[in-house]
Amino acid sequence: MSTGNAEIINVTIKVWRQNGPSDDGHFETYDQAITTDASFLEMLDLLNDSLNEQGSEPIAFESDCREGICGTCGVMINGRAHGPQKATATCQLHMREFKDGDEIVVEPFRAAGFPVIRDLAVDRSPLDRIIEAGGYISVNTGAASDANLTPVPKDAADQAFDAAACIGCGACVAACPNSAAQLFTSAKIGHLALLPQGQAERWSRTEEMVEVMEEFFGSCTNHGECHEACPKEISLDFIAFMNRDYVKAKVKNRALSGQA
Amino acid sequence: MVQTTNERYRVTPLRSKKRSWPFPLNIYQTAVGRKWVMALTGIGLIGFVLVHMIGNLHIYEGPARMHEYAESLRTLAGGIVPKGFILWLLRFGLLAMFGLHLHSAITLRNFSGQSSNKATLMGGAKKYESGRDHIAAGYASRTMRWIGPIIALFLFYHLADLTWGWWLGDDFVPGDPYHNVSESLASLPVAILYIVANIALAMHIFHGAWSMFQSLGVNNPKYNHLRRGLATGLAGIILVGNLSFPIFTQTGLINEDNRKCPASEINVLECLAEQAEGH
Repeated sequence: MSTGNAEIINVTIKVWRQNGPSDDGHFETYDQAITTDASFLEMLDLLNDSLNEQGSEPIAFESDCREGICGTCGVMINGRAHGPQKATATCQLHMREFKDGDEIVVEPFRAAGFPVIRDLAVDRSPLDRIIEAGGYISVNTGAASDANLTPVPKDAADQAFDAAACIGCGACVAACPNSAAQLFTSAKIGHLALLPQGQAERWSRTEEMVEVMEEFFGSCTNHGECHEACPKEISLDFIAFMNRDYVKAKVKNRALSGQA
Repeated sequence: MVQTTNERYRVTPLRSKKRSWPFPLNIYQTAVGRKWVMALTGIGLIGFVLVHMIGNLHIYEGPARMHEYAESLRTLAGGIVPKGFILWLLRFGLLAMFGLHLHSAITLRNFSGQSSNKATLMGGAKKYESGRDHIAAGYASRTMRWIGPIIALFLFYHLADLTWGWWLGDDFVPGDPYHNVSESLASLPVAILYIVANIALAMHIFHGAWSMFQSLGVNNPKYNHLRRGLATGLAGIILVGNLSFPIFTQTGLINEDNRKCPASEINVLECLAEQAEGH
């Protein structure tokens, strides 16, 4: 379906090819003609089709929902996580953001905690390790309570929702010069710590999630690149909130364990 | 590539959890805690730089008042404690803050450097093969790890210059800061060095004074917009005050032509003290 003002543009794709985790990797250049109505991932699909026809290996990249909510896609496009359009995941980026004759450089999200699996696909499972450490609440499932039994203040609900918008794509880590995962972790901590249901495990959660985060990722220096890269525009305020809660947690957990 | 599902693929942690030190030292073992220390010592150091700059403005009141100010620092708390006692306490406090600030900065740089496959040597920042676009990270925030060591080197020069008098030699008169400052900064290369170093310091403060609010989690949506202004204001005031000294020495406002107590005299300090009393 064409919107009427779509045009066909020719772009040069300079893409990172890496044949497995231990391979060195290098850039390869391909030419692709594409309609401006196509999404970025559709462009890669077409490129892979022609690579298949030529008998070459297609480019490995990840995607799932392709509507910006699953957080599976994500590559560096021209030096920016998720490409040039703000508040947009790679799958929602369209070729109309590019001009005829553009060279588009595509590189995987890089961090020591995100080893490359192949080409543009990286292993983001360290983010799952952070969630495992405390990104949940414990509830009884036997006799589920009424949905609206616990009143939540509107402001708290709104802010928790802003944090919960995080799709865990890892763009914050990719964009961070320090490869820090502060924005991701603080969003996950923030969305539970702001709600009454998250209070029981608030202090153990904060301490444990931060400490697992530090096993894999770097240290925040407040550049703010993560916020700019975030497809959900998570606020830096959550990082401040986490930093405050972490040191508080160190004190509270000690008191809770009866040492003070 | 064949995907194997029977074996769970796990990314190995870059660093494992260390045995924790006793509370509250265990806070310093973590990066978030170390950023707290960085921020708290940063507040102390900014406080010192600000007070140091304001105190030095006494130089515009002439050699006698400047001497009186220097002397009053040594006699803080009056006769209750030995002369110079409080000053030395403050100096040790400063040294401790500076040491902690440096140690946390260096270890956090390494921490971040380890977390990227390819990190720059000095800044420890991640590199992309194809280069990258910085959107939010300004010049000041990206040069923190460069400017820090530059300030440390300048600090050493500054102490050697105006506290220990290494380069002025026989011309250095302990207790007569007006003379020492005007002697040292009269040389154009030295004045330029002070100007460059103070611009670097102001840039460091420009990012640091904003960043500390984030690190400490001092965060309130109502007042957040003021943080940038506060950091700019602080850096600006410190910059203007500190730049005035080399500039006004070069333009001749700070000079020794009309001194009543020539620095070459043997009892110059007594002369300055008498002049200050008669003021």
